[in-house]
Amino acid sequence: MDMLAGKVKMTHQTVNSTMNPTDALERPIRLHAKDVTVHYGAKQALHGISIDIPDRAVTSFIGPSGCGKSTFLRCINRMNDTIEGAKVGGLIELDGENIYDPSPDVVELRARIGMVFQKPNPFPKSIYENVAYGPKIHGLARSKTDLDEIVVSSLRKAGLFEEVKDRLNEPGTGLSGGQQQRLCIARAIAVSPEVILMDEPCSALDPIATAIIEELIDELRENYTIVIVTHSMQQAARVSQRTAFFHLGNLIEEGVTEDIFTNPINKQTRDYIMGRIG
Amino acid sequence: MNSFIIAGLLLVLLGVAYQIGWTKSRGPVTTNGVKVHSRPQYHGSLLAIWTLVPAVIVLGLWAYFGGDITRSFTVAQIPTDVVTSLDQMGLNGAIQRIQQIASGYGVTGELAPYEQAAGDSLRSFQLLTFLCVIAAAAAAGIGALLYARSRITPCLRARNMVEQVVTVLLLACSAIAILTTVGIVASLVTEAYRFFTFISPLDFFFGTVWNPKFSSTVAGDYGQYGLLPLLTGTLMISIIAMLVAVPVGLMAAIYLSQYAPRKVRAVVKPVIEIPAGIPTIVYGFFAPVTVGPFLRDVGGLVGLPISATSALTAGIVMGIMIIPFISSLSDDILNQVPLALRDGAFGPGATQSETIRNVLLPAALPGIVGAFLLAVSRAIGETMIVVLAAGNSPVLRGNPLEPVSTITVSIVNQLTGDTDFAGPQSLVGFALGLTLFVMTLCLNVFALYIVRRFREQYE
Repeated sequence: MDMLAGKVKMTHQTVNSTMNPTDALERPIRLHAKDVTVHYGAKQALHGISIDIPDRAVTSFIGPSGCGKSTFLRCINRMNDTIEGAKVGGLIELDGENIYDPSPDVVELRARIGMVFQKPNPFPKSIYENVAYGPKIHGLARSKTDLDEIVVSSLRKAGLFEEVKDRLNEPGTGLSGGQQQRLCIARAIAVSPEVILMDEPCSALDPIATAIIEELIDELRENYTIVIVTHSMQQAARVSQRTAFFHLGNLIEEGVTEDIFTNPINKQTRDYIMGRIG
Repeated sequence: MNSFIIAGLLLVLLGVAYQIGWTKSRGPVTTNGVKVHSRPQYHGSLLAIWTLVPAVIVLGLWAYFGGDITRSFTVAQIPTDVVTSLDQMGLNGAIQRIQQIASGYGVTGELAPYEQAAGDSLRSFQLLTFLCVIAAAAAAGIGALLYARSRITPCLRARNMVEQVVTVLLLACSAIAILTTVGIVASLVTEAYRFFTFISPLDFFFGTVWNPKFSSTVAGDYGQYGLLPLLTGTLMISIIAMLVAVPVGLMAAIYLSQYAPRKVRAVVKPVIEIPAGIPTIVYGFFAPVTVGPFLRDVGGLVGLPISATSALTAGIVMGIMIIPFISSLSDDILNQVPLALRDGAFGPGATQSETIRNVLLPAALPGIVGAFLLAVSRAIGETMIVVLAAGNSPVLRGNPLEPVSTITVSIVNQLTGDTDFAGPQSLVGFALGLTLFVMTLCLNVFALYIVRRFREQYE
């Protein structure tokens, strides 16, 4: 783990070249969370998380397994609603609107805040149907041509179109792991979300597929607010402008990625980054 | 009594052998310090196996040949002139009488002078042979025990040998299941073949009239054995049953697996499965008593002539019987669909029912179809409900509101009462059984094939 920490230091200087890390601070706040708690039955998984997530930048959540980073991510588009016994408290605002208010529709919310999961989970349908799924259920396309356009542009944005353009009618489950994950990203993009949540999107992928996805995340940042949960500190350093460190259901430290990795304020953060915990 | 003695003997041998093996194998490790390959339990088990197998073989040989030996001894006790004066049936009767005297039950009628003497000597013969067999079995067991005991050394791989014996045992058990099936099929096929020597297969499979005659003045007139009326009845009832069971069962499964809170599910799922344990004859009561008259009255209201016993009555009751079967299987299959797939549907903002319609059901469809096919093969083979509810009218009709008959009902009719297996009247039961077997077999194979394809999709 010490070796790993060394690598982090080495790599972080070469990334983030496209954006000055401090830019992220000046961007408007897109998501605002205050005192978010989550209980799974009697067990408390999150103890009051407060964080601001800036617009069109990549924010990464790091921390050891079971620290609550995925749980918090799933709060942001109310995916915890689908887990029985999960109770969410506190406040999460998207553009100043509380997403847990009764008025905003969960279904609409998830169209605005897309999600990519840990394991690539394409539907056992054709590649085309996978991407067209979201636009169809939300009625985003008025005609077949419209739908075709959305599918093609989403696949393009996900960097998958060139590889699959001749076999759009073949099952999505037949693609390689990395391609499947990009298909899932295309599926998320197809409903034109404003925010994309990624839950360890590369944990099931090989290094080459991981590199492709990371490049893709960097490109997507231009148009989307991205929150990524990752186990890999190098990945956090490579792709994100802001980093938040979670431990045992608490948000320990949050800030500009470079500061977190080079000059963490909190001892626990330092220990984690140096490889002493987790 | 004898069986208890034999069982007791085997148990004693087993216990003693295990104990000896266990004790002896503990010796070497303490005396010369060589590492013992197997733990004492394995040496004990191996010795017990060595002891039991020869003893069981001896007992098995006696069980197989003993009957014949006793019989020849009995025949030898009957005076020669009596034997020659009797035909085969008479001889069998005489032997039976002697055996009854020997067993002490006594016989009716006058005792012939030789019978009492023969009975007495048979009794002492039986006692003697029993003791001999017991002694032989015990001797074989103890001999094998001593031999095996002498083989116990620290390096004897008792553990591996026991493992091999276990493998053979498991193989034998599965062989029993397979051989039984093979035997049943073989018997069905041979008896059905005998039936087809009376009735041409063409007349059977494509005949439209079912009218078997039990007694006829015209020799060689067996009646007509057309399968089609029974087949249409069977299919009609099965289809009606599935029309009832599939929607209800599937919806129940969807509610259970997707909507029900955990607490509700914990109660509802077992409760839904309880009806699966109700004997089908009990469902059968309700068909002519409750459901049939109800349907007839409803039919009367709308001007439809519905018989109280009809394909509709039987089908509806059978459908209700199958509901728990379908809901339980479908619920399991829906739960097997990976959670990730559900997340993938919720992620872009699908509602609960959209997720179920567009993602879960298509993904689970092959498995659900497999469950349906299994349910259909149950419906086709179901007997008691149709016996009571279908009206037993083997006439080729297309109207489900009228009485019908099914393959299973006809088998019951042909094989109950006085039957002799020389004529087609009873043998047709085997031909019908074979037809039924092939039908359900095809459905099951098809269902398994589909279920297997479903599994491959996620691995």
